[in-house]
Amino acid sequence: MTRGRPAEDLRDTALAEVELTHGLARTWQTPSGFWGALATVDHKIIGRRYIATAFVFLALGGVLALLMRWQLARPESRILSPDLYNQVFTIHGTNMMFLFAVPVMEAMAVYLVPLMVGTRNIAVPRLNAFSYWMYLVGGVLLWVAFVLDMGPDVGWFAYVPLAGPQYGAGKRADIWAQMITFTEISALAVAVEIVVTVLKQRAPGMSLDRIPLFVWSMLVTSFIIILAMPAVMVASTSLILDRLVGTHFFNPAEGGDVLLWQHLFWFFGHPEVYIIFLPAVGMISSILPTFTRRPIFGYLPLVLALVGTGILAFGLWVHHMFTTGLPRVGESFFTASSMAIAVPSGIQIFCWLATIWYGRPVLKTPMLFILAFLFTFVIGGLTGVMVASVPLDTQVHDTYFVVAHFHYVLVGGAVFPLLGGVYYWFPKITGRMMSERIGRWVVGLLLAGFNLTFFPMHILGLQGMTRRIYTYQADMGWGGMNLFVSLSSLVLATGFLLFFIDAFRSARHGAPAGDNPWGAATLEWATSSPPPPYNFVRIPVVESASPLWDSPDALPVATGLRMDRRELLVSTVADAVPEARESSPGNSIWPLWAAAATTILLIASIFTPWAVVWGAIPVTIALIGWFWPKGTPEDES
Amino acid sequence: MKPGRAARLCFLLLCLCCAGCTGWQSAMDPQGPAARRLDQLFWLFTGTAALIWLLVMLVLALALLRRRMPPEAVAEHRSTVAVGGAVAATVLIITGLTFASYLATRQDSAGHADALVIRVRGFQWWWEVTYPDAAPDHSFLTANEIHIPVGRPVRIELAAADVIHSFWVPNLAGKQDMIPGRDNALTFTVQQPGIYRGQCAEFCGLQHAHMALLVVAEPPEAFERWRAAQLAEAQAPRTPEAAEGQRLLEIKACGACHTVRGTAAAGTLGPDLTHLASRQYLAAGMLPVTRGALAAWIADPQTIKPGNNMPMVSLSADELQALSAYLVDLK
Amino acid sequence: MTALRCAALVVLALAGCKQEERAMRLDPPIAEAMDAVALMPDGIGGRPPEVHVAMGNPYRGNAYQISQGKRLYEWFNCRGCHADGGGGSGPALMDGWWRYGPDLVSIYVSIRDGRPNGMPPFRDRLTPEQIWQLTGYIQMMGAYSASAAAPGRNDRMFSRPSENRAPAAAPAPGQP
Repeated sequence: MTRGRPAEDLRDTALAEVELTHGLARTWQTPSGFWGALATVDHKIIGRRYIATAFVFLALGGVLALLMRWQLARPESRILSPDLYNQVFTIHGTNMMFLFAVPVMEAMAVYLVPLMVGTRNIAVPRLNAFSYWMYLVGGVLLWVAFVLDMGPDVGWFAYVPLAGPQYGAGKRADIWAQMITFTEISALAVAVEIVVTVLKQRAPGMSLDRIPLFVWSMLVTSFIIILAMPAVMVASTSLILDRLVGTHFFNPAEGGDVLLWQHLFWFFGHPEVYIIFLPAVGMISSILPTFTRRPIFGYLPLVLALVGTGILAFGLWVHHMFTTGLPRVGESFFTASSMAIAVPSGIQIFCWLATIWYGRPVLKTPMLFILAFLFTFVIGGLTGVMVASVPLDTQVHDTYFVVAHFHYVLVGGAVFPLLGGVYYWFPKITGRMMSERIGRWVVGLLLAGFNLTFFPMHILGLQGMTRRIYTYQADMGWGGMNLFVSLSSLVLATGFLLFFIDAFRSARHGAPAGDNPWGAATLEWATSSPPPPYNFVRIPVVESASPLWDSPDALPVATGLRMDRRELLVSTVADAVPEARESSPGNSIWPLWAAAATTILLIASIFTPWAVVWGAIPVTIALIGWFWPKGTPEDES
Repeated sequence: MKPGRAARLCFLLLCLCCAGCTGWQSAMDPQGPAARRLDQLFWLFTGTAALIWLLVMLVLALALLRRRMPPEAVAEHRSTVAVGGAVAATVLIITGLTFASYLATRQDSAGHADALVIRVRGFQWWWEVTYPDAAPDHSFLTANEIHIPVGRPVRIELAAADVIHSFWVPNLAGKQDMIPGRDNALTFTVQQPGIYRGQCAEFCGLQHAHMALLVVAEPPEAFERWRAAQLAEAQAPRTPEAAEGQRLLEIKACGACHTVRGTAAAGTLGPDLTHLASRQYLAAGMLPVTRGALAAWIADPQTIKPGNNMPMVSLSADELQALSAYLVDLK
Repeated sequence: MTALRCAALVVLALAGCKQEERAMRLDPPIAEAMDAVALMPDGIGGRPPEVHVAMGNPYRGNAYQISQGKRLYEWFNCRGCHADGGGGSGPALMDGWWRYGPDLVSIYVSIRDGRPNGMPPFRDRLTPEQIWQLTGYIQMMGAYSASAAAPGRNDRMFSRPSENRAPAAAPAPGQP
């Protein structure tokens, strides 16, 4: 169709508004139907899928948590057998870390970052589609294994030799390790896309000091992912090699080392915490200005705090190994670096307090989540300082004190802001508001339920209750508090249930939201809710850090992109000066086939190393198909 | 799953035996200088943390509730100073806490020349305890219960036989991992006689929850008496029933894994039973050592502690009686 | 949403698969019945107990039981004579050459009752369940192709490739 009129100028400058929107919609739309849905590369559709899938895993993991609390409510209870309990806590941890927390943060970024930086699609969108399929398969692999009683039972950290060939019978640990491979491929892919999107696809004028803080946090997070995840892929691959091929990476008798596993795992495992936490603080820094009616206080210190956290994140993995008998000097170094992380965290908290102090707080649900965050996260951060101290850690390590600590940090520090973010961006994603009334109940129930559930665990830990025990004896005197914790967990579960009900209900029947229901300042609110497939009719031009507040009537726009093929504006890294028009790949089914081929390779290699050889053939075919020129306008440019 | 009768019985016994024993595995109830230092450090950290948390919450509450004046451009400069001050205070506080924890560690790592050396090896899911001595006939093996003299430093040398375990007696000291292929050690002194419970702290498989040990701290004389008693061979059977029990122990599968010094049973896969009845607990803290509990355990170890390595050996009721009569006499 | 629906379908399809059993305890009557093997008069070959068949041959393809068998192989010092299956003062167990038959019952009886020329009976040292676990492991050790349930290498010096890399190279029968 476009071929017929090659001479005609199809750039947006030359076209009327109606013609332009129709043309853009035709170019960027996702075809309807089953195959269209599978072939889409629209970051919003993939982001929505990612978010929905991650929340499904959250719900499933929550059910496991309730099962554990049911078992632990009474001493010597026999609701779960030790074998099942070990699978349940392993899958709860693995699921929450690898299938919920990291993916959901990346999912929010996949949806929001292109909108916030004012571009039409995420960079390398087909890779994005591929990454979703990989993530989905990894999650399904874990849960199907669980249903078949082959769920990993070695803990989410899978310490060797328990997870090694001699003590980890069956395919349970292999399934864990290969699930890691799936989710890491997907996380790395998304991280690369976000780095490229943020650095090269920002709207004209959005220099580095005008980037919304959520985007900054995702940029830092993506770099952490790129640097940390390879360590765990090395670890899990070595584990599979040890188990399947008979290598000796972790076998002390043949020159391997058991502690090598812990170093590799925690070199990833500790940055992992910041991979989850930084996007959450980014959300807070992005939501807070909207509900305090003023720009964030201390933009530069906040950015520096994000970057500083990202760098420090790589210097503290050893604090997970304080009881393994490392040299004292090393331990002191890691104590100091672990405590130093309190400085950037402190900076952020003080800046938010100053923002609230000088703003005019509007206590809507997202803001309430931020207050709930401050209440709980500060506790988690301070207990973090306690476990950072080597001598104290020797008492509380591997006890319920640590369980309490990291739930305060991960639920208080990441899930609360995330839910606030969902309430905040829900109208953008669905075009409908979530209920304010139910939202207040959700915050209240979660805050109360969470603290009642997890605060007593600090005391249980100090009273000697160790982690990962499927039961305890009546004479330990932990029964009463455990029962209390289990009952409180029901309050917490009710809060989550209410949240899910509200989300489902509001997606269909919520009050329609306008483009900018909260009166926010960043670019994602400059387009309609939900955004059209092309995000922005014309690419906005940014002149300040709060564009919608500083140009309330109409944003200046950049023009000159074509509408007959997928085109993006590429800009410079520092100042976002437009450099070029770049074509963006169209829909393709090949990422799905490539994911299917990779799935075959990875799952078969649980059973035989030859799968890596034979499985490479379908992967190669799928990649050839993926990159074969198909004569589309995007290919030709 | 319906708990077996035996298990229920044992559970009851256990409740009766140990009602009111709380605090015997608690970091909050230190019984030696090492644990006491940790406890003081803990309260220092907790106090500081509570104070900081209260301050932050106070500022947050004020920020939310305070009355607002319209133009505040001037005040922003002051707040920069305030935020800067808060950050500086954070740096000072964590420097102080780092220093405090460094001092506590340094005191711990001081060597002790006259320490009593005890070797503890972690197995799935029990503890092998060796009291080494320069004279081989003066060293002996026991399991799951460590006796130590009060007032003398004790150096526990830690090793693992299979997977990683972690030695933790919270009333006495912090924990230390037992890692295959590595040697670790832990030194502490106990000042009060008493019985302190510890538990494996590193996830080690199916029965990680039931891998407890006792530390019995007693006056030096009592310790020496105990030591002398442990060095002796097993008590010879005093009744015909017990003699039958010893015969069964030797010809049935028991002797393949367990040692009873002075008999033909010389297996090394399970705990040494030579002085089983001198210990308080059976199966790493699962059951008290009574004749009933012994019979229940032997009759069905897999229901009491599912997944443990002791098989269910089929014995008739009479055989079970005889065996338990013999074992309960192994003081 | 389509993707979710597909995922649900996949989960449903896979949920129909067989669960991997991990039995930790045999009921005493079953354990006793497990010992009732019918043996040919010459002591080689026979019929496994009915309960063994009824339970679906639980010691053969089950990774957990095989790993238990492997542990017993270590603990009861089978290595002392048979080494890591390569043979020492006792015959090799992985060269595909069986003096007393390759079937489960023959192996079971060899362990339980012993064989001439040095193989001691383990009747009084192992329970029937343990002997079956060992039987499963030993039969797998000598198999020509590796089973998916085979364990990996040990955490110690090992004189042969791990069981899941079978068939391990082994001397032909008759050679030293």
